[in-house]
Amino acid sequence: MRSAHTKPFGSGGPLVYLLALVAVIVTLGPVVYGALGGFRSNEQLARDPSALPDPWVWSNYSHVVTNADFWRYALNSTVVALITTVVAVFFGVMAAYPLARYQFRMREPLFMVFVLGLLFPAAVAIIPLFILVTRDLHMENSFLGVALPQAAFALPMTVVILRPFLMALPRELEEAALIDGASRIGIFWRLALPLSVPALVTVGVLAFVGSWNAYLLPLLLLQDDMRTLPLGVADYSSEHSADTAGVLAFTTLAMVPALILFLALQRRIVSGLQGAVKG
Amino acid sequence: MTDPGAAASTAPTQPQVATRRADTRRVAPRPVGAGWRQRLEIAFFVTPALALMALFVVWPVVSAVRMSFYRWKGFGPMDDFIGLDNYRLVLNDDVFRHAVLHNFIIVGLSVLIQLPLGLAIALLLNRRIRGRGLLRTIVFVPYVVAEVIAGVVWYQLLQPESGVIDGLIRSIGLTPPEQGFLGTPSLALGTVFVVLTWKYLGLAILLFLAGLQGVPDELYEAAQLDGASWWQVQRRVAIPLLGPTMRTWAFLSMIGSLQLFDMVWILTGGGPANATTTMATYLITMGTARHNYGIAGAASVLLFVIGFAMAVLYQLFVLRRDNSIER
Repeated sequence: MRSAHTKPFGSGGPLVYLLALVAVIVTLGPVVYGALGGFRSNEQLARDPSALPDPWVWSNYSHVVTNADFWRYALNSTVVALITTVVAVFFGVMAAYPLARYQFRMREPLFMVFVLGLLFPAAVAIIPLFILVTRDLHMENSFLGVALPQAAFALPMTVVILRPFLMALPRELEEAALIDGASRIGIFWRLALPLSVPALVTVGVLAFVGSWNAYLLPLLLLQDDMRTLPLGVADYSSEHSADTAGVLAFTTLAMVPALILFLALQRRIVSGLQGAVKG
Repeated sequence: MTDPGAAASTAPTQPQVATRRADTRRVAPRPVGAGWRQRLEIAFFVTPALALMALFVVWPVVSAVRMSFYRWKGFGPMDDFIGLDNYRLVLNDDVFRHAVLHNFIIVGLSVLIQLPLGLAIALLLNRRIRGRGLLRTIVFVPYVVAEVIAGVVWYQLLQPESGVIDGLIRSIGLTPPEQGFLGTPSLALGTVFVVLTWKYLGLAILLFLAGLQGVPDELYEAAQLDGASWWQVQRRVAIPLLGPTMRTWAFLSMIGSLQLFDMVWILTGGGPANATTTMATYLITMGTARHNYGIAGAASVLLFVIGFAMAVLYQLFVLRRDNSIER
């Protein structure tokens, strides 16, 4: 804690608050405009694009909420994101465990395989991936066909974040368990896994949000009833381009789940990202 | 992966750190069982992840390389081997060359504009002002919104005539471009960049704030006691200490910019008149719309080679300093 006389840098003057206000307006402006635009009619929007709703129109939002497609897209996004997260986190922690807690000759080269995986963006492999999933595996237009490749591309990040965390677990617990006759797999399951829950949540949230927001792979692999929310939003906006207010309402509601998840788990996401960068 | 920040890469800093830790600390108790048993356990733990990556990462990348040597339209056997012809075609294609240029323009603009802007806002938020936590949350909101969804909202804002941005410009007495910001070839790429800045500045701010919090209070206090002004302290103490964070951010930003796809696809689809094509939109157009799989394969390999070369160069010339200085 700073003492009173070394505090002159403490609070900012009016200029600082003004700049902060500008930053907030620019940041939230488009989001708020979209949300408010959803409460206006197209005729209001055409008359003056930058006015407040007058009168407030609820029908745009009620149309979205009663639109079965919207809920289907949201459900599809949820299922794909959950499968992606579970596979990425579970396979990731399994792989990170021996890389962190075993001594063996190939350990560092094996870890490098995952690190190198970070350098392969999905875009590079997307066309062959599309061919692989549709023709060889016959998983076109299925949730698994999107979730498994997404999990595969999320794995390097998961392993790279989890390994240092697993390394830091106290050795004594493991030794005690070994003396008590536990197997290594038992130790993994009953000791390492429960102790690493905080780190698992972090990588899980990263994988979930990544999948929830993904566009390219679902764009190539999912059609019609299987589309996820980003695809639904993009298609809705091009199909109903004349209905600006409707598009704004649809888009605004599509943002809500990710925002809620973010607000609820803000601390974890933030520390996860920072930890990932700082090492 | 639509999220360049998180997905892209911590590669240059991570392995060194992890290796160093492994070397300095005894990590696990000595294995009890015989060697074969340990090997079996390791295989049990590692195989699922490796198998998944082999199938969905390694195999597609290898096939992209293979595909790039054939003329193949997607049906029938892939047997028309044409050597490096696809590469010649891609490299001589003005659309692809411009795509590469556009990617590099975005890389350059990010460093020139997002870095100072993000730094300024981070320094601002680092002061003890009221509502700092709330501000930090707000600034990060665009990063959480899906790129596609943000793109659709901005697309509405940027509509020529009826969009709110044209309205605002007209209300201060200026004339917005006739075809709209996204429809005018000379403005489109810049407009895409502005939207990208809105979307990704939050990540820069967040990382810089984390870096600033790592600066010990004593340093500030010492500088203050020596009579330094706020700005002097920032310039001589805080910003230099933020060096590694800024360099890591620039790396993430670079990788993300080279892979740019979603936002461009939603805002302009690469148009108007190919003014905003990126390497990724080029290869998707070639692969899916035109079924030129060989060309798409060659473009993917080039995208990877360019990204990889940049990553290696960056690691050699920029990040290496951090890794040798730190700790």
